Amino acid sequence: MKPVLDSHIPDGPLKEKWGNYKNGIKLVNPANKRKHTVLVVGTGLAGGSAASTLAELGYNVKSFCIQDSPRRAHSIAAQGGINAAKNYPNDGDTVWRLFYDTVKGGDYRSREANVHRLAEISNEIIDQCVAQGVPFAREYGGLLDNRSFGGAQVSRTFYARGQTGQQLLLGAYQSMSRQIGLGNIEMFARQEMLDLVLVDGKARGIITRNLITGEIERHAGDAVLLCTGGYGNVYYLSTNAKNSNVTAAWRCHKRGATFANPCFTQIHPTCIPVSGDYQSKLTLMSESLRNDGRVWVPKKQGDNRKPKDIPEEERDYYLERRYPSFGNLVPRDVASRNAKYACDEGKGVGETKLAVFLDFAEAISRLGQEAIAARYGNLFEMYERITGENPYETPMRIYPAVHYTMGGLWVDYELQSNVPGLFVLGEANFSDHGANRLGASALMQGLADGYFVIPYTLGNYLASNDLPKVTIQDEAFATAQTESTAQIEKLLSIQGTKTVTEYHRELGRIMWDHVGMSRTEEGLQTAIKEITALREDFWENVLVPGENSTLNKNLEFAGRLADFLELGELMARDALERAESCGGHFREEYQSEEGEAMRNDDLFTYVAAWAYSENGHTLVKEPLEYESVKLTTRSYK
Amino acid sequence: MTESMNIKLKVWRQAGPKAQGRFETYTVPDANPHMSFLELLDVLNEQLIKSDQDPVEFDHDCREGICGSCGVVVDGVAHGPQRRTACCQLHMRHYKDGDTIVVEPWRAEAFPIIKDLVVDRSAFDRIIAAGGYISINAGAAQDANSLPIAKTAAELAMDFAACIGCGACVAACPNASASLFTAAKISHLAMLPQGAPERKSRVTAMVNQMAEEGFGDCSNHAECEAVCPKGISISTIATMRREYMKAVLG
Ligand SMILES: Cc1cc2nc3c(=O)[nH]c(=O)nc-3n(C[C@H](O)[C@H](O)[C@H](O)COP(=O)(O)OP(=O)(O)OC[C@H]3O[C@@H](n4cnc5c(N)ncnc54)[C@H](O)[C@@H]3O)c2cc1C
Ligand code: SF4
Ligand code: FES
Repeated sequence: MKPVLDSHIPDGPLKEKWGNYKNGIKLVNPANKRKHTVLVVGTGLAGGSAASTLAELGYNVKSFCIQDSPRRAHSIAAQGGINAAKNYPNDGDTVWRLFYDTVKGGDYRSREANVHRLAEISNEIIDQCVAQGVPFAREYGGLLDNRSFGGAQVSRTFYARGQTGQQLLLGAYQSMSRQIGLGNIEMFARQEMLDLVLVDGKARGIITRNLITGEIERHAGDAVLLCTGGYGNVYYLSTNAKNSNVTAAWRCHKRGATFANPCFTQIHPTCIPVSGDYQSKLTLMSESLRNDGRVWVPKKQGDNRKPKDIPEEERDYYLERRYPSFGNLVPRDVASRNAKYACDEGKGVGETKLAVFLDFAEAISRLGQEAIAARYGNLFEMYERITGENPYETPMRIYPAVHYTMGGLWVDYELQSNVPGLFVLGEANFSDHGANRLGASALMQGLADGYFVIPYTLGNYLASNDLPKVTIQDEAFATAQTESTAQIEKLLSIQGTKTVTEYHRELGRIMWDHVGMSRTEEGLQTAIKEITALREDFWENVLVPGENSTLNKNLEFAGRLADFLELGELMARDALERAESCGGHFREEYQSEEGEAMRNDDLFTYVAAWAYSENGHTLVKEPLEYESVKLTTRSYK
Repeated sequence: MTESMNIKLKVWRQAGPKAQGRFETYTVPDANPHMSFLELLDVLNEQLIKSDQDPVEFDHDCREGICGSCGVVVDGVAHGPQRRTACCQLHMRHYKDGDTIVVEPWRAEAFPIIKDLVVDRSAFDRIIAAGGYISINAGAAQDANSLPIAKTAAELAMDFAACIGCGACVAACPNASASLFTAAKISHLAMLPQGAPERKSRVTAMVNQMAEEGFGDCSNHAECEAVCPKGISISTIATMRREYMKAVLG
């Protein structure tokens, strides 16, 4: 049976929807909050902010993460910044403009009402973080400083050097820690969620594995909040941390939650290129660098001269040339694709020829080395540490890499999936970024979801639903536990010849070649075939060392790879189904003569939500209705 | 193209918290100067798995020096020879063909070994939970610009806030003191007006928790500062002492 997806968008004009919603919801009586246990899986910006806020309100919170401490969630690695419509620089920003830029940046494939709420909340996030002691960059007068990011013509990005994610996450972590100290949050670190438990059709618990002892645990609650991040690691090489995975989301999907727009992935234009086949992950160079760095390649193919020996007139600053009004600050998908074209034309640089230059020479001569060091010092150091080259003296070499996944579990306006009681926050949901996310808006979304949306929507759910007491003795827990155990035993028993990493690399290659920056019908069909074969081979021939009863990272990674091997196929199918180019999803068949993406609004203005069943996936469409924004061709020229 | 190097690794192996540990020697014949130190361990692990041995367990996640997951003692130095660099960002170009590298876990009573190179650093979380925060509930904040903070103060706060909680300072300290870690957080929050109301309770609670966890006292060896990947200054420890004295003396 196909699930019915109702987005539950509140009535009223766009600007009044969130207010109307808050006015209309049911509230949980303060005395009753303690009686509700909420399971929060993930401690990144979304999970950390949700757990602390719900505990502050009086709920009984249990919080889970894979790392040894909640402070190490992948959000910690975000560099560049967080958007808000404060308009402190007085350069014309408004809530409307932030909303509009985000919808346009997402290439008109996101839900207007959700995005508008995000823009409305953005300012409160900055207030909250400053109050927590987040040391944002300031001007000499003591007020907060802003910088520009891609896809916007105003300066609305707040930042803490190149460590914005770290500082925001530590803010949330510290708030969580306060609640842990007060006994309102019970923290379970080094625990991996393996399954969702449904009782009477509602999310009432989770199954986890203790990553030190291998024990399988059961946890019951009144609602489950999934804040488990994105699935970029399906490509093996990405800018995501090594533990980032899709497992929790995928297992919820298999329990009934629809997965929306899985093919919408973001390839970030400025990453350090791959250096060899031992490569284990890719390092991002923040988009903020494009404020002052100029992207170029030699005009001549196969030009092996050192960058400094290539005269100005023999360089092609292709972004400035093709997009004069946004120049180097075009959105990520546009910048990435153009880097690929340059390399496809044989103009790539460096040893592998899969790189373009990001050059600071002009900015250094205009502003001085010191000013550039103050802005990007730590990024320059990081670049030098990894490559052994000094970017003050020679241009950086950069290439696109998988970075963020706009797709994720489908949620309605209340961030609730189609499984009652299962809420999805942060990168794990699909909601706000359409087909392409603008820089500095994931941090904004994660914190909006956790600090300011879920406290209302979860309360409404708990107050409106009759939730009889469920204990971990319930039959549903036993069944789910047995299934999780069986999978672990199976993985350990195969004892084949190929390691988990070998399989993961192979999957990554298929995904990057066929479901990457540029996709074709033929390539996607090939991908589906190859992934299916690889998955079958994996289940017959994988070699997982060691045992279950101790810390065993290979076993953890094997379980996550098993899910990636299923997700990868769905991504290819989704990309095949979407016969248009939009945002990060570029189908070669659908491009203009100048090579720009061509959307097809008549046929594809919908969210593609996939429902799982034993017999395969079925597509459920949530039509997107634009009441306030007129759909136009995205132009950054 | 770059040439490969033959690297010998002497690695601490310990099956579990209570098991007896020992060094094992392995050879990686095809290390590459561009690879990171953790990628060298990856290559070793692939080799071990293929030859039916247990891989070496080590903590890692971001591999870009920010999450604080990684941390091993390399040739006697926490995080290895490159200054201000977490071991995930240490690259093999700093080694040469034929080198032997000794790899051990953090060693400190308050950081019990879980397996091989993996230790339990949850004591750090408990120090933060004791008071390393500003008490502000979501929704209660005033406009962010209503409280101007001098740029110099904000910059210093950021310097101290940069700690990644890796534990190298503890591993390097002859007393296994957690002073640098704790002082970094105290100094960060002490720089900011938002942190002022809880200044006294914060420092006493955190310092007491540090002692309770079994970390040693600081006797100014400054080994911590030398290994800290984020360059946290030892001056923070002086700040912590000052804050503590002010708190206990009234
Ligand atoms: C290098 C880099 C730089 C970035 N820079 C920016 C930026 O400047 N601005 C911006 O807006 N965005 C940026 N982003 C994107 C942004 O950082 C992420 O989208 C965002 O932090 C995700 O937050 P999250 O809370 O949804 O998930 P995460 O931070 O990924 O947290 C996931 C949590 O879930 C837990 N978890 C996962 N699976 C399980 C499981 N099965 N069981 C238990 N726990 C589990 C993990 O342990 C972790 O605690 C960047 C991303 C990268 C990779
Ligand atoms: S003070 Fe430095 S060495 Fe100590 S935990 Fe923090 S970052 Fe690591
Ligand atoms: S792995 Fe994150 S700091 Fe080294």
